[in-house]
Amino acid sequence: MISVKNVSKNFGSKIVLDGLDLEVPRGETVVIMGRSGTGKSVLLKLIAGLIPVDSGEIWFDDTEISKLKTKEMNGLRQKIGMLFQSAALFDSMTVAENVAFMLNQHTNYTKQEMLKIVDEKLELVDLEGVQNLRPAELSGGMRKRVGLARALAFNPDVILYDEPTTGLDPVTCTEINQLISDLHERLQVTSIVVTHDMHSAFSVGTLMVMLHEGRQLAHGTPDEIINIDDPILQQFVLFGAPDQILKMENPILKTYIGR
Amino acid sequence: MNRQSETHESNNGFRSLPILSRIKVRLHNVLSETGQAFTLFFQTLVQIFRPPLQFDLLVKQLLLIGVNSLAVVIVSGFFTGMVLGVQGYIQLKPYAVEGSVARFVCVSIVKELGPMITAFVLAGRIGASITAELSTMKVTEQIDALEVMGTNPVKYLVVPRFLACTIMLPTLTIFSTFAGIGGGFTAVVTLFDVNGSFFLLEAQKNLYVGSVLISLIKATSFGMAIAAIGCYKGFSISTAGGAEGVGTATTGSAVISLITILILDFVLNHILFNILGLV
Repeated sequence: MISVKNVSKNFGSKIVLDGLDLEVPRGETVVIMGRSGTGKSVLLKLIAGLIPVDSGEIWFDDTEISKLKTKEMNGLRQKIGMLFQSAALFDSMTVAENVAFMLNQHTNYTKQEMLKIVDEKLELVDLEGVQNLRPAELSGGMRKRVGLARALAFNPDVILYDEPTTGLDPVTCTEINQLISDLHERLQVTSIVVTHDMHSAFSVGTLMVMLHEGRQLAHGTPDEIINIDDPILQQFVLFGAPDQILKMENPILKTYIGR
Repeated sequence: MNRQSETHESNNGFRSLPILSRIKVRLHNVLSETGQAFTLFFQTLVQIFRPPLQFDLLVKQLLLIGVNSLAVVIVSGFFTGMVLGVQGYIQLKPYAVEGSVARFVCVSIVKELGPMITAFVLAGRIGASITAELSTMKVTEQIDALEVMGTNPVKYLVVPRFLACTIMLPTLTIFSTFAGIGGGFTAVVTLFDVNGSFFLLEAQKNLYVGSVLISLIKATSFGMAIAAIGCYKGFSISTAGGAEGVGTATTGSAVISLITILILDFVLNHILFNILGLV
């Protein structure tokens, strides 16, 4: 569904992505992991068309994103929902206005129709009765949920999650992970999750990709990932992997745990 | 437009450069920023004529910029007029032409101080607030969120603010001009032995359509400049700029707006008086 082909991105002299290749099949939840500064969030912004690629191509089905004009890109963006690291809710609007923003901008729905959709989307993320609150009145977890409801408002084909559990307490992290998994099952939506939280990665990912120094270091299903004998990958995975992974009878994991 | 904030490392690197290289870097930065500001200005002009114009956003900004600034603009204009009346009378009296104080107050306020005082008040009050609001939205990824949702941030955020400033500055200038003349009248009539009817008659005699036109042209230009600078400084902050970046951008916006108003005033005076010959 989304193909990243030989993409490079520099900021000044700093090379962030260096000929990255990546495939995101339809209906999968692909977790992009890697250390800070390896270009995970930059990759999401490139896919969302927020910043241009320096070289390479990004394909969304049969459309190459980097060649689209602004108007065409805005049309394509209606198929993409994004949950930002900080949720990025509009401070000056209520929760309902935030969730209805895209509907208000791009459709001719009546106010009643929009409110009905807002209620549905908030129910999807297990939030009710917050329609008239301002973002400042919400907790971190609630803000992420509202951000997710806003991302879902236009029934996107793809949802991009930028560090969905950063800054949340462990209980809320687990709830958000569960929510991402539930949404994947219920809506059959394609998701790309950028995270360095291994608990989250193994909870939500059906496919995993490890980025290192701007390139793809490893990719595969969670089971395949823990069977790849690579010190950089295993060091990263073992630092935060959940107990069910660490306790697995896997010779490669045992080797690295032993070290 | 994520180039404004410099990191501490780059600041240290900058300080270690020889003076000529520093000047070169500064000049490059100024030219680069000016280019980006003009790019945003032209994008805004293009977006103004691209439908739909969101009237609800425009009305919100008109109220915020116009109605909320009215009191401070009137008070500033009134006291500037009073000072002008007192100073004018004191300076003209030794030459026995104190009767010209009305002309002095009226011409100064209408052609120069009315638009200038209003622009200064709005640069500090509105320009800085536009920058603070937009830069905070940038830092908290709200502008990225707008783009991801297929909404052009220039159209949604800049156009209403630009139009509201451009419309409201001349409107507020009319109020501040009347307040200024009123202030001059009050000061001169109450503090000195100048006849009120004579003052008003003299003021009316010296108020030409050309003068009012000059005032409104200046005010409109100042309004455009304040909005363009405020929006550019707000957009130019990097997402990683944080609270420090917002503060720097806001201060920068107010300072650059004030300097731009002064330069623009000189250029407009030259064009309107010397080249076009307006009175």
